[in-house]
Amino acid sequence: MLVFIFRRLLVAFSVAITVSIVSFMLLHFSGDLAVSIAGPDSTAEQVEQIRIDFGLDKPVVFQYFDWVWSALQGDFGRSYYFQDSVMSLITERMPVTLTLGAVSLALATVVAIPLGVIAAIKQDTWVDRLALTIACVGQAMPSFWFALTLIVIFAVNLHWLPAGGSSTWQHFVLPAIALGYYATPAMMRLTRTGMLEVLGSDYIRTARSKGLSETSVIFKHALRNAVIPVVALAAVELGFMLGGSIVIESVFSLKGLGQLAWDAISRNDYPVVQAVVLIIAVFYIVLTLLADVLNAMLDPRLRVR
Amino acid sequence: MSESTLSLNAATSGLPVVPEWRRIMNRVVGHRGLLLGSSILGVIVVLALLAPWIAPHDPFAQNISQRMIPPVWHDKGTWDHIFGTDKLGRDYLSRLLYGARISLSIGLLAALISGLIGTTLGVLAGYFGGRVDAVISYIITTRLALPVLLVALAMASLVGGGSVETVVVLLGLLLWDRFAVVARSTTQQLREAEFIASAKVIGASTSYILIRELLPNILSALIVVMTLEMAHAILLEATLSFLGLGVQAPMPSWGLMISEGKSYMFFKPWVIAIPGITLMLLVLAINLVGDGLRDMNAPEGRN
Amino acid sequence: MNRILDIKNLQVSLPTANGVLRAVRGIDLHVDKGEMLCIVGESGCGKSMTSMALMGLLPKRAEVTAEVLDFDGLDLLSLPKKERNKIRGMRMSMIFQEPMTSLNPSYTLGNQLCEAIMRHKGVSSAEAKERAVYLLTRAGVPMPEKRLDQYPHQLSGGLRQRVMIAMALMCEPDLIIADEPTTALDVTIQAQILRLIRELQQEFGTAVIFITHDLGVVARIADRVAVMYAGQVVETATAQELYSNPMHPYTRGLLNCIPIPGKTAPGSHLESIPGVVPSLIGELKGCAFANRCHVSTSECSQRTPSLELEPNSTSLHQVRCPITATTLQEAM
Repeated sequence: MLVFIFRRLLVAFSVAITVSIVSFMLLHFSGDLAVSIAGPDSTAEQVEQIRIDFGLDKPVVFQYFDWVWSALQGDFGRSYYFQDSVMSLITERMPVTLTLGAVSLALATVVAIPLGVIAAIKQDTWVDRLALTIACVGQAMPSFWFALTLIVIFAVNLHWLPAGGSSTWQHFVLPAIALGYYATPAMMRLTRTGMLEVLGSDYIRTARSKGLSETSVIFKHALRNAVIPVVALAAVELGFMLGGSIVIESVFSLKGLGQLAWDAISRNDYPVVQAVVLIIAVFYIVLTLLADVLNAMLDPRLRVR
Repeated sequence: MSESTLSLNAATSGLPVVPEWRRIMNRVVGHRGLLLGSSILGVIVVLALLAPWIAPHDPFAQNISQRMIPPVWHDKGTWDHIFGTDKLGRDYLSRLLYGARISLSIGLLAALISGLIGTTLGVLAGYFGGRVDAVISYIITTRLALPVLLVALAMASLVGGGSVETVVVLLGLLLWDRFAVVARSTTQQLREAEFIASAKVIGASTSYILIRELLPNILSALIVVMTLEMAHAILLEATLSFLGLGVQAPMPSWGLMISEGKSYMFFKPWVIAIPGITLMLLVLAINLVGDGLRDMNAPEGRN
Repeated sequence: MNRILDIKNLQVSLPTANGVLRAVRGIDLHVDKGEMLCIVGESGCGKSMTSMALMGLLPKRAEVTAEVLDFDGLDLLSLPKKERNKIRGMRMSMIFQEPMTSLNPSYTLGNQLCEAIMRHKGVSSAEAKERAVYLLTRAGVPMPEKRLDQYPHQLSGGLRQRVMIAMALMCEPDLIIADEPTTALDVTIQAQILRLIRELQQEFGTAVIFITHDLGVVARIADRVAVMYAGQVVETATAQELYSNPMHPYTRGLLNCIPIPGKTAPGSHLESIPGVVPSLIGELKGCAFANRCHVSTSECSQRTPSLELEPNSTSLHQVRCPITATTLQEAM
């Protein structure tokens, strides 16, 4: 088990390094950063001055190592626009996004797993069809549009919840629904297919042959096995949600990491962009690692290895 | 087996002999999702193709005196503008029709580019295995760790914001992961198959084996991925355009239409409802087709 | 009455995409207390369907009917679900074909062994464990105490099947249905498991319905045999009677398929039954075996034979073939 975790950690770490290289390169090759920072009205001299000030005149490889070296020490440089250290901006914004992500995932899980279980038990009945239809429609709905629709219905027309901001817990309800719905269809479908597969398995027949109650068969014997892949998916979906929070946060003006990234992108504040991309990627890597470990803990066949 | 038992079996099984194409047709028609999805998709594609001829107005023609006319089912709606007009007095229906062309072409082209990249990587990894596989799997893992939307937005912004071409290339470069994963696993399954082995025995070149023998056999799985990625690309295009870094005004991208209608949505919700529902219908239709095709590919299908 | 199970005209049908599959087409069987009844037949003859119907484990869409389905005085078909659950597991239990997949991978063996007895008999966890250890020992599982905390994947197939046997005995059932319990195992282990089932059956006095496709297995353990073909019982007799005096052409065909050590010369031609089992979708006209039978006449595919008592035998010997009966009578 320890060897397993250690090996996965090693892979995770090298993937993180690669991601940092890739994101660094992508941004550097997408355009001339000095020109972008200086803005459209600047003279050639101003652009050159910026190039020197920000060290953009050095070879890209040197720039990268400079950046990584500082990043490893927790220093992502200074934001051009916010005139603050990137690290303090991120630590300030992180809690909002993490709260949003956690609540969204909780919401998605609470809806998706029971719905998937019911759909599987009532396979091919109207309940199943309804659940599948909801999943299909949900998967097709653009999240920004769903977010706007929620605002129109619940904030504007019904006045139940605030439309934007992040001061109270009520401010998180609509964003969490908007973000959480994104993961729901996939998790529901996986729960459903997992349950269907498990319910048709030999050991469920054994459990039934022992005269156990239907509740025990479904919740003790089936769900435990069906839910294992869903846990892994949930972790991965949380990673996606952190990435997708950029849309939701900008629609609901939540002052989180996504909003920060969005402000930074629209102002070519590239140290911030780079740092946020890396941090979200690292989150994703850690979450997939966590998913593997969780899987191993839930599935005794993996645990012993 | 003797001839008599053969005939007896056919008689006792009581199954009428149905030609293959009829069985396939029956399955397609019998699969409600596939039927619904392909019908909706078909209608949208036809409307998009015919847009220049059937659009009631020029999608770019502004008319200040006709701003924000509500759709026809509304009290103040008119038949002249069935879906109403936007803040610049442009006909919503015409813009939707032209917008379908943008969504469909971006979806299709981005999926083709990512399909090319992903399939190449996946087939190579699956066929050669070993070190090649390790390297490509690592590339796939890295790609998965990159937040697509964030990277796409950052790159779009640096490139100087979008034309249809930029969006296509950006999405094509970012969405190949699922192609690679599926191509890799299906290739692995087929690598040891007899027809591959016999091609090797007769001395066929590796590229011949990969392109002429292997590819046709994994194509059906790839087409399913293609539909899903097309839907994905369409949604991402809409998101990018909504955030102002995708297709630029005055192009009638659906995402852009929602973005432009955002400030009016409190009192005139239809300005975001109409393009949003259209977008959802298109993506839903493509997903249904994809799911249906996957069910068709499955050995037993669905009954 | 010494009977634990009495079945009259049991029918099972399943709707499929191609029509209604009539898997079991009117079976008459009975099992005495403490008896080992073997049901023999090819795959797809309905023997597994019969056992699933007895256990009440068929999917909901399956339709089960019977004139009599009596388990120790209880009508299984009309029993409410709760009572049925109680009988299944407590008074009837089952051993399955696939030991590798029949145990839940997520729970310890102790948990899976004990849950039924704790539920049905309300015994404490300690008592249940004690019984589990005792039965594991009896089933020949080494280090039984340690096994309780192990997971199925840590055991070999043979050991898992021993665990399944112990599990089936946990509640001291009156009837155990063993559905091809040795088929998935290695040949050497097959023999051990077979002997174990026979030993435990005699020791605990449990009635066993042993389902198999292998007449060689039957010879070693059965008290009585029922041969099934195309959803029907075609011949039933005591094991001894069946082997010494097989009546139905199908039974004879099956027996000819088995090489007998010492009798069958090495390299000699082994008999096989020509043709394939008819499809069980829809009605069958006439004798189901007629198309593969070497003594069949044109009448066989017209009239459906019934299961008749063989008048010349001393024990209860029933055959579903008028020709064999008459030819034998004529021969006398």
